[in-house]
Amino acid sequence: MPSKTHSILGTSFSLISGVLFGIGLILAGMANPQKVLGFLDIAGSWDPSLGFVMAGALVVSGVGFYVAKQRKKTVFNEHIELSNVSSIDKRLVLGSLAFGCGWGFSGICPGAVLVLIGMGSNKGFIFFIALIAGFTIYELITKAKKNT
Amino acid sequence: MLIDLNNFTPYQSLGGGVIIGLAVSILLLFKGKVAGVSGILYQLLKPHTVQLGWRAAFILGLVISPFIWSLYAELPAIQVTASYPLLIVSGLLVGLGVSFANGCTSGHGICGMARLSKRSTIATSTFMASGFITVYFLRHVIGV
Repeated sequence: MPSKTHSILGTSFSLISGVLFGIGLILAGMANPQKVLGFLDIAGSWDPSLGFVMAGALVVSGVGFYVAKQRKKTVFNEHIELSNVSSIDKRLVLGSLAFGCGWGFSGICPGAVLVLIGMGSNKGFIFFIALIAGFTIYELITKAKKNT
Repeated sequence: MLIDLNNFTPYQSLGGGVIIGLAVSILLLFKGKVAGVSGILYQLLKPHTVQLGWRAAFILGLVISPFIWSLYAELPAIQVTASYPLLIVSGLLVGLGVSFANGCTSGHGICGMARLSKRSTIATSTFMASGFITVYFLRHVIGV
């Protein structure tokens, strides 16, 4: 069993991870919605940078996941939680279609918006409110479905 | 197809990607969690959140990252070209979409793909394709 101290240490690493994630997004140019749109605009003058972000991130996190599968426990002896959902269904495809469409409208995704808020962007804040409204609508839809 | 050489930043973007990969690996190997931003945020905002601590810490880290950056270097300029109405529609679609799909660019695009999950690969190809088509329509058909 992980001790309380270890759990607190784990949480502080979670903060470090969040900061690094954000710094990675800023350095990569992915906190700048216009640059993201430059990647999504293949018919215009195309900026392939986002592909390089994905390549760098995938190789390094691939190693991380490989180590995680071998160890099964964190450095602090906590359980490593991996998703065991593998279903490929309508929810996944339609949800991703909607997400991609919304992403194409602004060039903002859920990670980038948090960095934008940290930069004091009003537009980022408006997107964030709408994002939360989207979460809430989803919550209401799933609740209504459960009740019927 | 023309490559936009003025804005193309292969080294910074690769470097940024490597840092994102490190962030993902740190959360995984030190806290045992997958760095899917939309899922973490969604769970954090639920009324009866369990495991509040690490989720709040991760989100807080993302929000303060520009401040940490600004201590060492000047922040790069950001441009949000979408109008306010478009931003609202965009945010709503992203919120609904990632909830149904259980993940976004980080959860499916990076973490899921790095684990070679078929589900995440399908999600990522779908939202990428949808993003390409949306921008094509907006910029080259409607002309926004």
